[in-house]
Amino acid sequence: MNLKAVGIVYRKEFTEWVRDRRTLISTVLVPLFLFPVIMLGFTALAVELVGKAKQEIPKIMVLGGEDSPDVLASLRKLDNFQIVPYDQNYREQISDKQIRAAVQIPAGFQSALQNGSTKTVEIYYYEGELKSSFGADRIEKFLKDYREQVVKDRLAAKNVPASVLTPFEIKQENVAPPEKVSGSSVGGFIGYLVVLLCMTGAMYPAIDLTAGEKERGTMETILSSPISRMDLVLGKFFLVLNASLATAALSVLSMGISFSALRRFNSSASSGRGEAAALLLHLGLKTVISIFVMALPLAVFFSAVLMTIALFAKSYKEAQSYLTPMTFLVIIPAIASMLPGVELTPKLAFVPILSTSLVCKEIMSGTYHWNSMAIIFGSTCVYAGVALFLAFKTFQRESVLFRS
Amino acid sequence: MIEARSLSKRFHDKKRGAIRAVENVSFRCAPGQIYGLLGANGAGKTTTLRILATILEPSDGTALVCGHDVVEEPEKVRGKVGFLSTATALYPRLTAQEMVEYFGRLNGLDEPTLKKRVDDIFERLDMNEFRERRCDKLSTGMKQKTSIARTLVHDPPVMIFDEPTLGLDIMTARTITTFIRECRNNGKTVIFSTHIMSEVEKLCDTIGIIHDGKLLAEGTLGQLRERHGEQDLEEIFVKVVNALQSKAEA
Repeated sequence: MNLKAVGIVYRKEFTEWVRDRRTLISTVLVPLFLFPVIMLGFTALAVELVGKAKQEIPKIMVLGGEDSPDVLASLRKLDNFQIVPYDQNYREQISDKQIRAAVQIPAGFQSALQNGSTKTVEIYYYEGELKSSFGADRIEKFLKDYREQVVKDRLAAKNVPASVLTPFEIKQENVAPPEKVSGSSVGGFIGYLVVLLCMTGAMYPAIDLTAGEKERGTMETILSSPISRMDLVLGKFFLVLNASLATAALSVLSMGISFSALRRFNSSASSGRGEAAALLLHLGLKTVISIFVMALPLAVFFSAVLMTIALFAKSYKEAQSYLTPMTFLVIIPAIASMLPGVELTPKLAFVPILSTSLVCKEIMSGTYHWNSMAIIFGSTCVYAGVALFLAFKTFQRESVLFRS
Repeated sequence: MIEARSLSKRFHDKKRGAIRAVENVSFRCAPGQIYGLLGANGAGKTTTLRILATILEPSDGTALVCGHDVVEEPEKVRGKVGFLSTATALYPRLTAQEMVEYFGRLNGLDEPTLKKRVDDIFERLDMNEFRERRCDKLSTGMKQKTSIARTLVHDPPVMIFDEPTLGLDIMTARTITTFIRECRNNGKTVIFSTHIMSEVEKLCDTIGIIHDGKLLAEGTLGQLRERHGEQDLEEIFVKVVNALQSKAEA
């Protein structure tokens, strides 16, 4: 191996890479701007929509209740409902979003309250429709408050203190540090993202440097130079690896900035609006370095595999059709790592892609299983080595290089 | 010096099975001479030249280029060769100068030598006007000049041209033929393939007629005329090829 020759090839490939508009888009623009746009944009939109839905005074229809004037009077007193006149097509009206919900006061409700028997009040709403759910929630809250008041009145009538209903209080408190909390909630997503971006970042340069070179007719030009095939493959490989890591790094950076902006957005938002922006991310240096080290062999693996496959193609388009199904092969184990209950085990540590995705999730929540990390790093290095060896071998096959 | 010794190349095709692209081809080409491989499309010219440039490996036989074996020392051979064909395109996102410098560096030139070589070549080929222009913005003529500069940058003693004028207009083709002549006059060993008879007549010191992977006839233009009793090279070519086909049918 001649390092100087590898460097010459790498420098040339780098020059061409930065001059390629497609590269700029896939490696720099997408990871840098996609996350802020998606995360901040969608969060802002969600907050806005939820806020609007909450501010709306829902139209509610009351069914029955003619013999229960007290409850009706209490309902009408509230200003956060708009009671609409009865219509027998209330179900259609809810489905058509003309009214948000309807409440059925059963016959004899008030007298049942007085004599101590139990009746059921039904609330009709449109499941999955945000504004209808908010309307139904408000009615439910009103009814619960009303029921509580009835209970208190009954107890007072019998000279029993209200505290008899709550002999003790229950309180939940989080004791995990914020890093672990945010890691558990978004760690799986980060692992998925790192894995996916390592691949997508490598994909376009891998095609461009192999099938693209064949299509442009420069493969024969470079093969006529005195550089050895091994040095040529290595020079190209380092550029593909570089692109893969750059995409993943830029994405994590942009995601960190997006989360930090979200946190600021969260703290500046009013208390009612903050729920949608409640994700907090704590990315420490140790976390970032650990994820980078674990992702490195995977990026090597992807770069070598993508180059090997793309080299079989005669053109850019053909290579794309070979590599697109690869995306699914990568996405499936990466998504599997996000499923609740899928934990890192010694056996799973040997499964490429899934293991890296899982270990990123663990690292994000501040858990470092050094033995598993060593197994994952070692096994992925072996897979990467095999993939790189295959890339060298493929570059020596005339039937592949001059396929027509 | 180029010396091809019983070169053979077989390919495997899924539909057609084993294909003998080149079969037992031997010839010599000395410094200061132009050897022309004349043949129809698919005759085996490109495969032969690719073997000499070590882009392909022979299935049997070997060749010596400047004393280096194409099988044993392919990288040393490539260091002595300048290879130009219609399939050797330029990197579209590099400038003409970057393209030539890249190949100079790959050929091991140090930076001061490279700078001097590039300046000399760009001056000689009148390329200074477009040296900073990207290759995808060059005209066909400019691209050909850049390709020539790329093959010349390491001053190789052997030049291999595979149908270098294919698809070019008259003026650009003329630049190439003039350049080939200059290479010979500068004492380089030149081999080139074509199916254009007039090019062979004008340029070649020795002509090899190749058909169906086999070298059927070889000699100077005078020797071929005398041997086959024809003045016109095209007639000689047809006679040689027909003789092979009659033999095969018999």
